[in-house]
Amino acid sequence: MTSVENTVTNEKIENRIDTVMGALKAEGRKALVPYLPIGYPEASESVSLLHAIVDGGADMIELGVPFSDPQADGPVIQQATEIALKKGMNLNKVLDIATEFRKTNQKTPLVMMTYANPIEAMGWDKYLDRAINAGIDAVLLVDVPPEETFEIKQPFNKAGIYLINFVAPTTKPARVSLIAEQAQGFVYYVALKGVTGAATLNHDAVNGHVKEVKETLKTPMLVGFGINDGASAKAVSQEADGVIVGSALVKVISNAVESNDFSTLSEKVKTFVNSLRVALDGDN
Amino acid sequence: MSGDVFPDALGHFGRFGGRFVSETLISAIEELTEDYEKAKADPEFQQELRKELADYTGRPSPLYHAERWSKHFGGPQVYLKREDLNHTGAHKINNVLGQILLAKRSGKKRIIAETGAGQHGVATASAAAKYGLECIVYMGAEDVRRQSLNVYRMKLLGATVIPVESGSKTLKDALNEAMRDWVANVDTTFYVIGTVAGPHPYPQLVRDFQKIIGEEAKEQFAAKEGGLPDALVACVGGGSNAIGLFYPFIQDTSVKMYGVEAGGDGVETGRHAATLTAGRPGILHGNRTYILEDDDGQIIEPHSISAGLDYPGVGPEHAWLKDEGRAEYVAITDDEALEALRDLNSLEGILPAIESSHALAYAKKLAKTMTPDQKIIVNLSGRGDKDINTIAARDGISL
Repeated sequence: MTSVENTVTNEKIENRIDTVMGALKAEGRKALVPYLPIGYPEASESVSLLHAIVDGGADMIELGVPFSDPQADGPVIQQATEIALKKGMNLNKVLDIATEFRKTNQKTPLVMMTYANPIEAMGWDKYLDRAINAGIDAVLLVDVPPEETFEIKQPFNKAGIYLINFVAPTTKPARVSLIAEQAQGFVYYVALKGVTGAATLNHDAVNGHVKEVKETLKTPMLVGFGINDGASAKAVSQEADGVIVGSALVKVISNAVESNDFSTLSEKVKTFVNSLRVALDGDN
Repeated sequence: MSGDVFPDALGHFGRFGGRFVSETLISAIEELTEDYEKAKADPEFQQELRKELADYTGRPSPLYHAERWSKHFGGPQVYLKREDLNHTGAHKINNVLGQILLAKRSGKKRIIAETGAGQHGVATASAAAKYGLECIVYMGAEDVRRQSLNVYRMKLLGATVIPVESGSKTLKDALNEAMRDWVANVDTTFYVIGTVAGPHPYPQLVRDFQKIIGEEAKEQFAAKEGGLPDALVACVGGGSNAIGLFYPFIQDTSVKMYGVEAGGDGVETGRHAATLTAGRPGILHGNRTYILEDDDGQIIEPHSISAGLDYPGVGPEHAWLKDEGRAEYVAITDDEALEALRDLNSLEGILPAIESSHALAYAKKLAKTMTPDQKIIVNLSGRGDKDINTIAARDGISL
């Protein structure tokens, strides 16, 4: 083996998600992962909103790609992504926005949350090329279970981009083991049977199942769906390694939009994210 | 093509089909797959279904030789498979009865369904009423407005009709909303999908419940004429009536199969629902198939005068039959379909649904390339009573 090849193999860069999750674990803190629908309320706001989320204390960000048929989303995110679509947002532009964000932030992991079809339409290879350059660390394919990742797993591995797996309350133990074997970065625990932003959570049930699932997992586990505020974030992450907050943050943005108050949008987002941060870091 | 069994265990028809759903639904569709496999092998289930199909639906539906039509157009002898004579007016009831019996077996007392024009909704509401099950039908708000007759009919049957205000407020959005309901109520609820779409096992299961169309037609044709027909013609929206007719003939390679899509104002205008003719492969509503999408992978709202064909996807088995070259898919415009509807009225005294009229219009085109000694079967998938207002409106008459 020549020295050049040696350098290349040694240069395998650690995924930002592993870096961040490792550091949090060492500090005994929970991860805070807000979800932002890109292009809402305006494409021109998205980059500054991403920075505001980081300033508020987020550890990682989920970038929402709008899709015309968002089957897994509740009304709050549906409306936001519909507006984003009407204003011309698409997968290419989401990647542009990520690229722009990366110019001044190389640390915060970016997880793209999308339905499969926008990527299918772009072509998986072209998408991965662009995603590498945009500094995307992982992709959450809402409507692609592990059974359907056969053909894309290799290219994602090669690109160093994680394919995030989900576990739901309905996922059977045998399947959890299967998912545990291939999980990378973290596992997304869907806290309720329903769409994003739905009803109130049974915190005990979530903590109980998370504890059980974690026993078979090598990766961290984050809980999402139905987390409304700091208190529920805290309550639902007793066993998990962190939380994902979507609809509640989108509501903060849509309230500001309804009152036509764009000037303080970033500030409001930062304040809300910070309230989650404080709750998560606080003592019981 | 050979003798392979399709789909595979995970619902793939070649590169199409599959299970593109969120993790929450996986256990439900796995359970449904198991329940279905058990029911399929259970003679008691099959017997109960056969009884309902005979006594409630009125099967077998006749295979009718449309002699005047055949003579008039000078082409092949045209046989109509009379699904329009079924209870509730279309082929939809075949599948609904099968799924409702499955729901009954699984002990689920809450039925949900999506509907576009309301035909599948009416069939589901009817079967739910018959079995005393709660029935919720999701329907795009735009379709609720356009199909007030069927909305009222579903309510009379005791169903709750929920208008869907999201997206383009049509069939695809109704399907999205029904999926959302299912995810939230997966323990108590059975989702009766109306066509050969959705995640596995639905495309297979709906096909199996509809294949009685082709099985009967094959037997009836052999009894009347001997041998096999030269061609089959059926309209394709999601594609359940077409796959029902085609499936038992797939291995009979001498039989040509034509799936007729809705060309709307003409495929070249972009205002159509001709997914296989003008779409491309993508992922929608739980499976990989041909879809109508823009360059960004967003679904395009289709257009057709017939609400039943107005769908931006198509069953994955049709996508596969197209790629294999086993079936040919063509498009018929709104105007051509309406003309064929009038032709069947005046020549045979039968009022077909506008959906089925697309198949009839293509049969007229085939007449020019075929001879009177040849024979074809056209699936008359539904009756046109529901379309009277639409037809009259085209004549400038408000009823």
